[in-house]
Amino acid sequence: MSKKFIGGLIIILIIVVGFYFQSQIERVEVDKVEKVGFIYVGPVTDFGWTYEHDQGRLAVEEAFGEGVTTTYAESVSEGPDAERAITQMARDHDLIFTTSFGYMNPTIKVAKKFTKVKFEHATGYQRSDNVATYAARFYEGRHLIGLIAGGMTQTNKIGYIASFPIPEVVRGINAAYLAAKSVNPTVEFKIIWVNTWFDPGKEADAAKALIDQGADIIMQHTDSAAPMTVAEEEGIYAFGQASDMIQFGPNAQLTAIIDDWGPYYVERVNALMDKNWESQDTWGGMDTGMVKIADISTDVPKVVVNLVNDAKAGIISGDLHPFTGPINKQDGSVWLAEGETASDGDLLSMAFYVEGIDGVVPN
Amino acid sequence: MELYVSIFQGIIIASTPLVFAAIGELVSEKSGVLNLGVEGMMIIGAVISFIVTHETGSHFLGLIAAIFCSSMIALIFGILTQYLLSNQVASGLALTLFGLGLASLIGQNYSGISLKQFPTMDIPYLSDFPIIGQMLFSFDYLVYLSIILVLVTYYFLNKTKKGLILIAVGDNHESAHSLGYSVKKIRLLSILYGGACAGVGGAYLSLVQTPMWVENMTAGRGWIALAIVVFAVWRPLWVFVGAYIFGGITIIQLHIQAIGVNIEAQYMSMLPYIVTILVLVFISMNKNRLAVNAPNCLNRLFSSDI
Repeated sequence: MSKKFIGGLIIILIIVVGFYFQSQIERVEVDKVEKVGFIYVGPVTDFGWTYEHDQGRLAVEEAFGEGVTTTYAESVSEGPDAERAITQMARDHDLIFTTSFGYMNPTIKVAKKFTKVKFEHATGYQRSDNVATYAARFYEGRHLIGLIAGGMTQTNKIGYIASFPIPEVVRGINAAYLAAKSVNPTVEFKIIWVNTWFDPGKEADAAKALIDQGADIIMQHTDSAAPMTVAEEEGIYAFGQASDMIQFGPNAQLTAIIDDWGPYYVERVNALMDKNWESQDTWGGMDTGMVKIADISTDVPKVVVNLVNDAKAGIISGDLHPFTGPINKQDGSVWLAEGETASDGDLLSMAFYVEGIDGVVPN
Repeated sequence: MELYVSIFQGIIIASTPLVFAAIGELVSEKSGVLNLGVEGMMIIGAVISFIVTHETGSHFLGLIAAIFCSSMIALIFGILTQYLLSNQVASGLALTLFGLGLASLIGQNYSGISLKQFPTMDIPYLSDFPIIGQMLFSFDYLVYLSIILVLVTYYFLNKTKKGLILIAVGDNHESAHSLGYSVKKIRLLSILYGGACAGVGGAYLSLVQTPMWVENMTAGRGWIALAIVVFAVWRPLWVFVGAYIFGGITIIQLHIQAIGVNIEAQYMSMLPYIVTILVLVFISMNKNRLAVNAPNCLNRLFSSDI
């Protein structure tokens, strides 16, 4: 064994040890900073659904400052690409929020592979040890805008632009219809399913079609503000979805349902830092501030505004449940008896229209 | 009756961006160039026209800017495929991805703004004349421009010498070259025309159809335009048929839903695509029509050095 060889061996050993320590140092540094990732279905600038999730992300950054770094991937389609995007993020993140219903299966699948990473899936129903779910009781907001729509319509026809036939959307239609009917028994809902969350052109076409068919108020469960711009142009009313859309319809917007994810995101990141993050299911409503409504337009008569404020107070205090019997299903069979309220299980799997709505729920 | 008039108007408005994009792509394909970058050129047109219109307050300047910028994007594709002899399919796909990304980048600060309405034709008495007047004379000016553009393109391709040369280049570039025509120059000009038309089509989305800018707002319309070119079997006037059938079914299915007909919504959403596929199958059954109208040298590279 020559000296050169031993010398070389030592040098290599030193280098290896050096690298080891260096990597230890880095690891310690990384441990201090939690990496939180977000997967969005639309662009952050949609001024609707994704925009509000991104506001939540910014709230996390503000709350923890240098204690967290956040990243996001936007416009991730709900197909195979979602799995790729989530996997990529899972490699170097501690907590990942996947913010659309269609990410459910990919999230569960990726979570199985990355057991140390925590996942939070919005609006889904599948959980595992490292996958929590969260959603907001948007139907409480739908109840309020239903009251306004019922009180404001002249033609008694409300246009509704629906995205995909998932329980969440069907529930919204039913909640709004029941509320509108409670103040205006002759009200009629015209529903168009566009089979997309985000296609401004198609959403605008749907809004125009509804207006042509006599609707004078538009509700939407899609993510772009296009229907609001159409309503403004045509001089009718509409409701903002997920976010305040007043800049698109200064005259048209009656109010908007606003999702406020910030407090929840901050709470969950906090749990992660305190090492007590657990898989759970959260379904927040107006009482926790996860669902809000924007300022009500001055065009809305005082009587209606009072009605809405009373209902809002009732929902927050728990005295009022938007789904309180008697309610029949579309086919006339009894769903809820007099005074009975819907269970969360029933609401989460809702796949039928209530009595009075025309058309069929697509499968 | 009023309902039918507004359905008709809805169909025209939904179809017009497709007419623009398809007629441009048709010319480009007629000269032998398959440009899959229509979607990318459209979205650039949409974002640029929106920004310029918002900053200057002039729809006209917005349009000019869209035409210019989309042509410049097309020029990149032209140089890549004609002078650097890169693969047309790959370059076209790259152009689409590039366009979508670039548009998102430059449009970042312009989300959440809306524009004033695009000027529409308003001829005293005529535009307000019941039904006929409303159906023919009440659109925005771009609708009429799209019709004129298709007619002019038809005339150019079939009735002028230059048009015939363009078709010759697309059918047999070696022969055209040996007759002394500049294959590359003619193809480059066709590509630029395709870019300009796609730019106007995109501008139509962000200025007229939904006067706002959002990322990905073209939502696949560039690809539909490509299908319409094949649907029309490379005949300009048939672009109308293809675009209006597609737009028509899109709008009518919305109305059928709103009326409350008991057909599941997914089938209705599929309808435009199913009809397109059926027609494409039907077209490919007639080999002669294809052989006569399809450009022979489509997607083939040309180099005078070889």
